[in-house]
Amino acid sequence: MSVPTAASLTPKFSPSGKLRIGLVQFPGSNCDQDCFDVMARHFGVKVAPVWHTQTELPALDAVILPGGFSYGDYLRSGALAAHSPIMIAVKAFVAKGGAVLGICNGFQILTESHLLPGALLRNSNRQFICEYVHLATASGQSVYHQALAGKISRLPIAHGEGRFYIDVDGLKRLQDQGQIALRYASPTGLTGPEFNPNGAVDQIAGIVSANGRVLGLMPHPERATDTLLGGSTDGLAVLEAFLSSFT
Amino acid sequence: MTYEIIVQLKAEVLDPEGRAIQETLARLGFGALKSVNVAKRYSIELDAKAPQADELVQRIAREYLANPVSETFQVRKL
Amino acid sequence: MQMTPPVINTLPRPAAIDETPGPAFDQLQKKHKLTTTEYARVKDILGRVPTLAELGVFSAMWSEHCSYKSSRVHLKRLPTEGPAVVVGPGENAGVVRVSGKLCLAFKMESHNHPSYIEPYQGAATGVGGILRDVFCMGARPIANLNALRFGLRSHERTPFLVEHVVKGIGDYGNCIGVPTVGGNISFDESYNGNCLVNAMTVGVIHEDHIFKGYATGQGNIVVYLGSATGRDGIHGASMASGSFASQDANSRSTVQVGDPFTEKLLLEATLDVLDKGLVIGLQDMGAAGLTSSAFEMAGRAGNGLYLDLDQVPVRTTAMSAYELLLSESQERMLMVVEPAKWPELQRVLAKWQLACTVIGVVTDTGRVQIHHQGHLEVDVPVDPMTELAPKYERLMRARPAPSISGPSFNQSAIGAIQAHGPAALLLDLLQDTGDKLPLYRQYDRHIGTKTVHASESQGAAVLWLRSEWADPGEPYLGVVATATCNERYNRLDATLGAAHAVLKSARMIAASGGHPLAATDCLNYGNPEDPEVMDDFSRGVDGISLACRELDVPVVSGNVSLYNETDGQSIAPTPMIGMVGKVKDVRLCPLAAPTGPVELFLLHGVKFSPEFGGSLAAKALGLPLRAGRAPQVDWAQERESMAFLRALSGAGHLAVARDVGDGGVLVCAAKMAIVHGHGLALDLGELAGTDGLSGYFGEVSGSYLVAFHSGSTAAALNAANDLHYCALTRVGAVTGSDEVQWGQWSLPLAAARHAFSSSLPLS
Repeated sequence: MSVPTAASLTPKFSPSGKLRIGLVQFPGSNCDQDCFDVMARHFGVKVAPVWHTQTELPALDAVILPGGFSYGDYLRSGALAAHSPIMIAVKAFVAKGGAVLGICNGFQILTESHLLPGALLRNSNRQFICEYVHLATASGQSVYHQALAGKISRLPIAHGEGRFYIDVDGLKRLQDQGQIALRYASPTGLTGPEFNPNGAVDQIAGIVSANGRVLGLMPHPERATDTLLGGSTDGLAVLEAFLSSFT
Repeated sequence: MTYEIIVQLKAEVLDPEGRAIQETLARLGFGALKSVNVAKRYSIELDAKAPQADELVQRIAREYLANPVSETFQVRKL
Repeated sequence: MQMTPPVINTLPRPAAIDETPGPAFDQLQKKHKLTTTEYARVKDILGRVPTLAELGVFSAMWSEHCSYKSSRVHLKRLPTEGPAVVVGPGENAGVVRVSGKLCLAFKMESHNHPSYIEPYQGAATGVGGILRDVFCMGARPIANLNALRFGLRSHERTPFLVEHVVKGIGDYGNCIGVPTVGGNISFDESYNGNCLVNAMTVGVIHEDHIFKGYATGQGNIVVYLGSATGRDGIHGASMASGSFASQDANSRSTVQVGDPFTEKLLLEATLDVLDKGLVIGLQDMGAAGLTSSAFEMAGRAGNGLYLDLDQVPVRTTAMSAYELLLSESQERMLMVVEPAKWPELQRVLAKWQLACTVIGVVTDTGRVQIHHQGHLEVDVPVDPMTELAPKYERLMRARPAPSISGPSFNQSAIGAIQAHGPAALLLDLLQDTGDKLPLYRQYDRHIGTKTVHASESQGAAVLWLRSEWADPGEPYLGVVATATCNERYNRLDATLGAAHAVLKSARMIAASGGHPLAATDCLNYGNPEDPEVMDDFSRGVDGISLACRELDVPVVSGNVSLYNETDGQSIAPTPMIGMVGKVKDVRLCPLAAPTGPVELFLLHGVKFSPEFGGSLAAKALGLPLRAGRAPQVDWAQERESMAFLRALSGAGHLAVARDVGDGGVLVCAAKMAIVHGHGLALDLGELAGTDGLSGYFGEVSGSYLVAFHSGSTAAALNAANDLHYCALTRVGAVTGSDEVQWGQWSLPLAAARHAFSSSLPLS
């Protein structure tokens, strides 16, 4: 599947809500309502809830896997959700080039499902961390890379298991193939361990799949869409890119 | 029939909990311990007559209990 | 499904307890904490000797924690009514109208004793319990707050308690997906042997869909929902009704273990079944578990209940009736359902992976009758259980007045400040009252996308409520919430101190441009059998009542926690107040700290009288704790200042506003500057007092530090001319310098920042 180029970046959303976006709800997902609310308020898109026990996805353009504590994070974060019936359908959807956005627990579910490489482990300070971070966009060809090129995004994180890990060979592959999307950084965009809240390897906060259609990230773009709520609207650009990530 | 499965982080992966315990023990006067690692232990009890129990438990451990990206596991029949 | 109870009088009773006088009987009475009089009353009500299970039931229901026997006579003096009150005290939570049909359901509760023994689970299950009280009325929780009190930082148990209490609160709240947005923490020697964990939840609900826990309708079935029952927490209610002796730190077996994942499912399932109208009565199983929920539901409806304990899902074998009835296993609820709705209820609950079992039926006997393995273990009339519950009018004796008078203490405080050095004192105060970032960083404060201001903003919590139930003319409607109490003032004067807790909450709400709507309380006191503690309690109720009447804020819910005492030493009176208020437009909310250099003004009473009694300065300097006077209150001035702030903020003039509290004006100003790395230049002029120090380090009531939007200063000063009881005085500025300077003193900003960020005990 070819990666969409800049020419095809025309946003496909409209107030008439023609886009068909689904959001998978697992027992314990709790950022689902925020996603429904933000997509409706800012993009006029009515996102369809999909229950974890469904064995098929309805006809959709894209899927969101929201944040939360699916299955209470028991076994490992996202591990039990990855084995839900619906994930078989999500895997097939991805195999056909479908677009997926995995936020926080959603990112964990994507790695546990092997739809994205690597794993999300316990924060190196062993504590849950909720704070705003800055993110630098890495280099790559996906819609996300192009939409966020040169941008330093200020987004909130809220996680206990956000430390991205991948082995040496895997990391090299990510780097060579331009799959790293976002890195923890300073307010001026400098990356380095001192700006990394959880010890993630190479300061990685988000990655895309090889075909650029699947984005997993630990920060919450849906929490940064209104100046009133935390002072940053940088989440909008991430969500806009998501809505442009499929043809 | 009971099996014990120990799931542990791979050696090259940082174990912050193990490290914190090691540092605390050193502060409490237990001297410089070379390492402390934390693992999870699962026990699975099956009917004594369950067919191919060994293979079943291995599969459970490999596909569910351990994350192959970051963890290793050992299975022991008790 | 129907459940037909067997003909009750064919069921044999188990053996009654052995009443033979002797050590065994005495032990039994002691363990159940029933006095001789109370035991005699039990026998009167039953007309016979109780069974062991019945003894356990009375013990739990008549415990201090469940029956409020020492406090009830006083609590009825609290003002509980008002035009915005939809549900007052007596239900699971209080409800107040905020806009249109949008209401807030909220309450605060304590989990003090369990948290001292097992802080992680104690705090976690405290959060779980208060969440359930709110959502079982059909309200969706939108905010958690917590007020914590620990012993001195140097006390050996403090770092351990802090670390685990915070983790317990965070893990539970984060998992269930409710943001923890505010609260309060303080370290005082009073709590060395008894920490306080007071958890508050605020939820939103539609006025016409408020649900109450009534067991109505004879023949309706009683359904058990949630986690299986185990042995956790048996006699948790009576533990909370007794003091500690130091060796109790190891009594772990009575602490309940929480599961926030199950609670999340319970939350969604409850709102789902209530929305679909499938349930008639709903009650959370909290303190005293199945026992209290059964009696409360039956009591409210005036009916009876028949329960079959053989049907209760258990996770451990061979539990006795006694254990089943008194277990405090978490995340369980009791529902009353019409038989016709049972199939659909099961279907909806299956979606949420929750087991539900029919365990009983509503009867018309007016009794709670409980069967277990062929015996009628419990057969108790409902009304006498509540109507004849012990109600004590305990002995009260006023404490001696504080040892030193106000003016005299103030003088000695000034001497002590001069000796210690004002700069050194400021550093001490900044450390005591400084940044708690390492703690609140562990709380998800943003989930729900409503949070405008949370703990890091340093003021009250503010949330933006977007709801189709609200008045459409208020699209930027907000709720402000606080939880606070100054124990040092209470130690000095139990009436004025309690009034201050209410006032402080209201001032914080006013500083956000908000209007207080209603309050909840968590009255934490020591041993009620100590006449001086009981007197404190009664005065506390009087102080709250006084302040609530003066400020027009009803109390709609609350909790009492007594026996906070170790080895005969009671805590200082700590009437924690939780308050919610309304902000018409969250876009206009002032900040608690400026983002850049600004001129600072002090809004204060015309009569500005700083006091050192109960002050942070006195605490830092090691001065006597029960000496001097707490700040005096002028109610007219307080009301005028709050109204003025609301008017200024409503007109878009107010950029920054912060109530002057712990530590006085200097500490307040310093924190406003330091938090974003700015300097301070403060000059109180005459307000500093003849000694040049009182105004900076003394504490006052009814004062705020404010800053205006550029272009608004003239309008604000102009409006201030119309004030009768208050004055607005320019007192300096937050600056771009690297110095914190006040009067003739100064400190490097770096030193101040360091002290400010060293506020927490490290393990």
